[in-house]
Amino acid sequence: MLELSGLSKHFGGVKAVDGLDLTVNEGEIFGLIGPNGSGKSTTINLICGVFAETAGTVRFRGDLMNGKPPHRRLRAGIARTFQNIRLFPNLTVWQNLWVAQNSRQDVATQGFLPRWFGATRRTRQEIAGLLELADLGHKDDELASNLAFGEQRRLEFARAAAARPKLLLLDEPAAGMNQQEIDDLSQRIRRVRDSGVTILLVEHVMELVMGVTEQMAVLNFGRKIASGTPGEVQRDRAVQEAYLGTAGSTSRPGEGGD
Amino acid sequence: MSYYLGLAQLIGIHTLLGLSAYVLMLTGQLSLGQAGFFAIGAYCAGILTVIFELHIVPALFVAAFMAAFFAFLVGFPALRVKGLMLVVATIAFGEFVRLFFFNLSWRVPRDGIHVGPDSTNGFREIRYFVANGWSAWEITAFVWIFVILVMAALWWMDRSRAGAVLRAVGEDELAAQSVGLSLTAVKVTAMTVGGFIAGIGGGLYAHTATYVDHLTFTVLLATFAISYPILGGLSSVFGTLVAVIFIQGVLVEGLRFMGDWRSIVFGLLIVVAMNLKPSGLFDARTAYVLRRTIGLGGGEKPRA
Repeated sequence: MLELSGLSKHFGGVKAVDGLDLTVNEGEIFGLIGPNGSGKSTTINLICGVFAETAGTVRFRGDLMNGKPPHRRLRAGIARTFQNIRLFPNLTVWQNLWVAQNSRQDVATQGFLPRWFGATRRTRQEIAGLLELADLGHKDDELASNLAFGEQRRLEFARAAAARPKLLLLDEPAAGMNQQEIDDLSQRIRRVRDSGVTILLVEHVMELVMGVTEQMAVLNFGRKIASGTPGEVQRDRAVQEAYLGTAGSTSRPGEGGD
Repeated sequence: MSYYLGLAQLIGIHTLLGLSAYVLMLTGQLSLGQAGFFAIGAYCAGILTVIFELHIVPALFVAAFMAAFFAFLVGFPALRVKGLMLVVATIAFGEFVRLFFFNLSWRVPRDGIHVGPDSTNGFREIRYFVANGWSAWEITAFVWIFVILVMAALWWMDRSRAGAVLRAVGEDELAAQSVGLSLTAVKVTAMTVGGFIAGIGGGLYAHTATYVDHLTFTVLLATFAISYPILGGLSSVFGTLVAVIFIQGVLVEGLRFMGDWRSIVFGLLIVVAMNLKPSGLFDARTAYVLRRTIGLGGGEKPRA
């Protein structure tokens, strides 16, 4: 489904991502972990087309993505969330989701009609479904900036799902969440996967990664140092030394933003 | 009375000019080229009614489409840059248009005299309203029909997905791209719509003034164009109207008795207004109070 080969991104002399090979199969929940500054977010930005790669290729469902701008990649089926939430703060919850429905042709033709008759029943049903997924059904007319932190994260998740992607990239979705919220998030991720979306999860919070992913890879200094199932990766000596610490603890090492 | 009607026409025309900048500002872009589109509309409509002796309504629409066409052309290269670079690029465009009309001479004989743009002497014979016996009332009503149509269209757009898309790009370009919006398509569309509105405004201006020359369309006019939506705020099209009334009605005309002191007080009042109402004269709170006052219910009270 997603195939990175020899992918590199250098910022001057800094090799943020350096010759990364990665394959994510259809229907998988794939975890990408690594310490701060190991190149996880850069990898997401390369897959989405926010950054241009220094070398290497990004293939999505067999198509070469190199050189395509972010909106074309979204339309090809790659959606994302951001590490630092990036909603449209002065649009309502409903508008945030409405704006994100770019995978459908009929939405474009309804563009110039007001919500109450511009949005078709199908649009309304889809948005109602997304609101339910984000558990925000009662707040559809609230401005996004008025939502609490957790609600904003859920809205951003739903907004990414609104494009009906085939691949969903989640950039540290659990940052700043408590245990209850992490459990809810795991369920939400599984639910979206079960509806036929492949998921690439970049995360610091180990409970989430170990709990939901089926395959994972570990980055350090822009290079892949291990890959396999969560169990295999946890037993890997290189990983334990680079990231988990020599004690092999599964608590939260290096939590926080890059 | 004709003084107040003239002022009403001016306010209407400047509202169109301000709204042309408003549309583009929704996408987070600041253009100082609106005077250029206004000039294209003015000269184009004037040439059509004077030289081609067209009716004013088709002349206005052709002029508006012409201005929109140039906005579309300028949009592609100009919107690749943003912020100050876009301001500089659009100033350059505005000056280019002004200097084009500074040099344009196209004189044709009509009823024994020569009419048409006469380079530095300006375009003096745009007498469609006089020649057809329109009263000042009719001219004012004619101007305001266009103002109301444009305001209604933009008000409507703000409730549609298109309006949300424009604002989404204005709020966060990276997020807008990553939900699948093409920044170029959205911004060029906004630029084109803005050019169309400025074109209508320019065409109306030329006919109410009966005379235009290149000095009408300097950067000062472009500065007025962006100062209306900045002062009025971007929460609603009414903000731009309120700002035009405030600047043209209260500051420019109302302070005329102060003579040379006017420009000082003018600047001072704009600074005061922007400090008291940083998000615009007509912000969400004003709209809430107004809706309450006229008994429409208020919806949810906005935060301060």
